[in-house]
Amino acid sequence: MIKARITVTLKNGVLDPQGKAIEHALSGLGFDGVGAVRQGKVFDVELAESDKAKAEADLKAMCDKLLANTVIENYSVTLT
Amino acid sequence: MKSAVVLLPGLNRDRDMIAALTKISGQAPATVWQTDTEIPDVDLIAIPGGFSFGDYLRCGAIAARMPVMRAVAEKAAKGVMVIGVCNGFQILVEAGLLPGALMRNTSLKFVCRQVKLEIANANTMFTRRYQPGQIIRSPVAHHDGNYFADADTLARLEGEGQVVFRYAEGTNPNGSINDIAGIVNEQGNVLGLMPHPENLIEAAHGGNDGRALFEGALGIAA
Repeated sequence: MIKARITVTLKNGVLDPQGKAIEHALSGLGFDGVGAVRQGKVFDVELAESDKAKAEADLKAMCDKLLANTVIENYSVTLT
Repeated sequence: MKSAVVLLPGLNRDRDMIAALTKISGQAPATVWQTDTEIPDVDLIAIPGGFSFGDYLRCGAIAARMPVMRAVAEKAAKGVMVIGVCNGFQILVEAGLLPGALMRNTSLKFVCRQVKLEIANANTMFTRRYQPGQIIRSPVAHHDGNYFADADTLARLEGEGQVVFRYAEGTNPNGSINDIAGIVNEQGNVLGLMPHPENLIEAAHGGNDGRALFEGALGIAA
């Protein structure tokens, strides 16, 4: 079995209102010097697959087809 | 003119859409379930609003991958009119039938109020019963209506007259780019909009500003 972590983040230039709100909340808690905060998503996926290259290709296809909206989001796949 | 309404778990404006289409066209629309792979022979397919699949992952993302949406895409490719309202709009962009994306409102708040819409293009099957530049009222109720598209896509939409509805008179409720409230595809037969015209079609609603959209699409005399 292969385990993987997929990270989905907003592309540069796409406004992230939730990240902004978190940024303000952190400043409110007294964390000075917090620059930009961007919010994203993490998916931990288990695959019944032993071929790493095949797993990676499948995971990328999953991102393109469902897990990320590539109009606004980037993704990265890491086998763990 | 016949219509069909797409049903998915978590939608909650389906009854409103069915009621509006029934009242305006004089016949009840067919209903198609998420797992249906065939849609009856109709002129207009409507995808109502709500929170399909609990808005899990992204609004409309799961619904857009259900079998019924492949059937909708096939019909759309043949020129059948498709209208997606609110979650229906989100589903259409997630399905790739319309460009861009709908993001969280910049206020981070769910907005439920009446807005004003400018008819930015009256030369579509959906807006032909309105005057160019006409301002109409429409209810909105959403958390993720903030339309976004990259600069190239936006320029194309604006240049080709694909922006059909724009929030007017400072009533943009969600931070949508260029005040975009509704767009059509290149062919002009697929419309997505965040506002709910189906909720303003008769006196009991407090007005009928949304009625002409369905009358135009269904080719019904006003």
